[in-house]
Amino acid sequence: MNSAYTFSLLQGLWATVVLSMLTFLFGGLVGFIVGLARTSPTWVISRGAAAYIEIMQGLPLLVLMGLCFYGPSILGYDSLSPLPAATFALTLYSSAYLGEIWRGCIRAVARPQWEAAECLGLNRWQRMRAVILPQALRIAIPPTVGFMVQIVKNTSIASLVVGYAELSYNAKIINNATFEPFLYFGIAALMYFAICYPLSVQSRALERKLNVANR
Amino acid sequence: MSPIVELKDVRKSFGDLEVLKGVTFDVNRGEVAAIIGQSGSGKSTALRCMDRLETIQGGSMLICGHELHDDDVDLKSLRRDVGIVFQSYNLFPHLTVAQNIMLAPRMVKGMKQRQAREIADTVIAKVGLREKMDCYPEQLSGGQQQRVAIARSLAMEPKLMLFDEVTSALDPQLTGEVLRVMEQLAADGMTMILVTHEMAFARKVADRVIYMRDGKVHEMGSSDILRTPATPELAAFVSESAEH
Repeated sequence: MNSAYTFSLLQGLWATVVLSMLTFLFGGLVGFIVGLARTSPTWVISRGAAAYIEIMQGLPLLVLMGLCFYGPSILGYDSLSPLPAATFALTLYSSAYLGEIWRGCIRAVARPQWEAAECLGLNRWQRMRAVILPQALRIAIPPTVGFMVQIVKNTSIASLVVGYAELSYNAKIINNATFEPFLYFGIAALMYFAICYPLSVQSRALERKLNVANR
Repeated sequence: MSPIVELKDVRKSFGDLEVLKGVTFDVNRGEVAAIIGQSGSGKSTALRCMDRLETIQGGSMLICGHELHDDDVDLKSLRRDVGIVFQSYNLFPHLTVAQNIMLAPRMVKGMKQRQAREIADTVIAKVGLREKMDCYPEQLSGGQQQRVAIARSLAMEPKLMLFDEVTSALDPQLTGEVLRVMEQLAADGMTMILVTHEMAFARKVADRVIYMRDGKVHEMGSSDILRTPATPELAAFVSESAEH
């Protein structure tokens, strides 16, 4: 094992972290809108959000990646470079799941809370902002952190399709040169674990903590 | 004196189930009306219709000048005029008592923090919980939570207060403290409509008692009708209630 390979793996680790963060950011933003749309009283909006969720959840991430990477050039546009293409695909994927998770959290805030706020004269958006979302947020933290673990691991699919040089990709390249799969994939696995395990622990801890407060 | 609440032949169904089958009654300004009756008689539904948590399907309903049978009714101004307190308190658990009370004055009336705080201080004093301003709802007893819920409604200075079985979830010891607050409100001249199982309270405080049965007003009058009911059904209901 030489230092160039170690450095390459660390670079891959960094690329994985970057892609994960971008996905949290954009997937979270879009997911928030999807979640709100899903709970909208307007039929068209909530049905539209539901259709979006169903389609995105029904497509394998691998296929989504391919569509985002090759799609634009097939349609005659400039093709996306690997990082934007992977971010785009992961955003579509994660926003559908996060939207569905957060819809559930919004719904889980008891109906009477909504009515009480309504009777005080708060309009729909005020009720959401001041009464429902703060309570939904508490419920949402554990499943959201749990889903973040999925995202970190799923970034590895980017290496298969768009050739984004993240952790799995670099491990594969090194293995092609060294034929030491156990060593380098093993190190990659440890690196994934080092990111995901703290998240999982955190998620479980939050779940315990927030369940006590579940009233 | 002109009525502040006027129900005429009000009808409401949930699917095939007709819950209100033509309810008619008035309540005048400054009056306390108690709606009594068995579970399922439609009394809570009638009350919820008055704040338009449910929409009515027939008849007419005039509340503080708002025509609730009209689809274009101005809900915002209706809810400024009408306060409602629920059986399950429904305080916002993530906010302190002070924040619970100040939320609507600030958001709906656009008051500044200081002005809202003054109102909060006034209404919390009315329910006798000054020292609990910075507590969260979970730190309070059920009776205290319900008093805060009353204060929260009062902060919007409503013309009419609706009470939906507000003591039903409370232990008998805690019921008294909530009823005393309501009695004081009535003495201050607040127009109140309460759905209640507290017969003694209705007898003492109500100017008007409305006995509902099977989606209709079966008997109505001053609180004397609880002592000398005209119909055998109310007589039976009163004696049943007395046994509890």
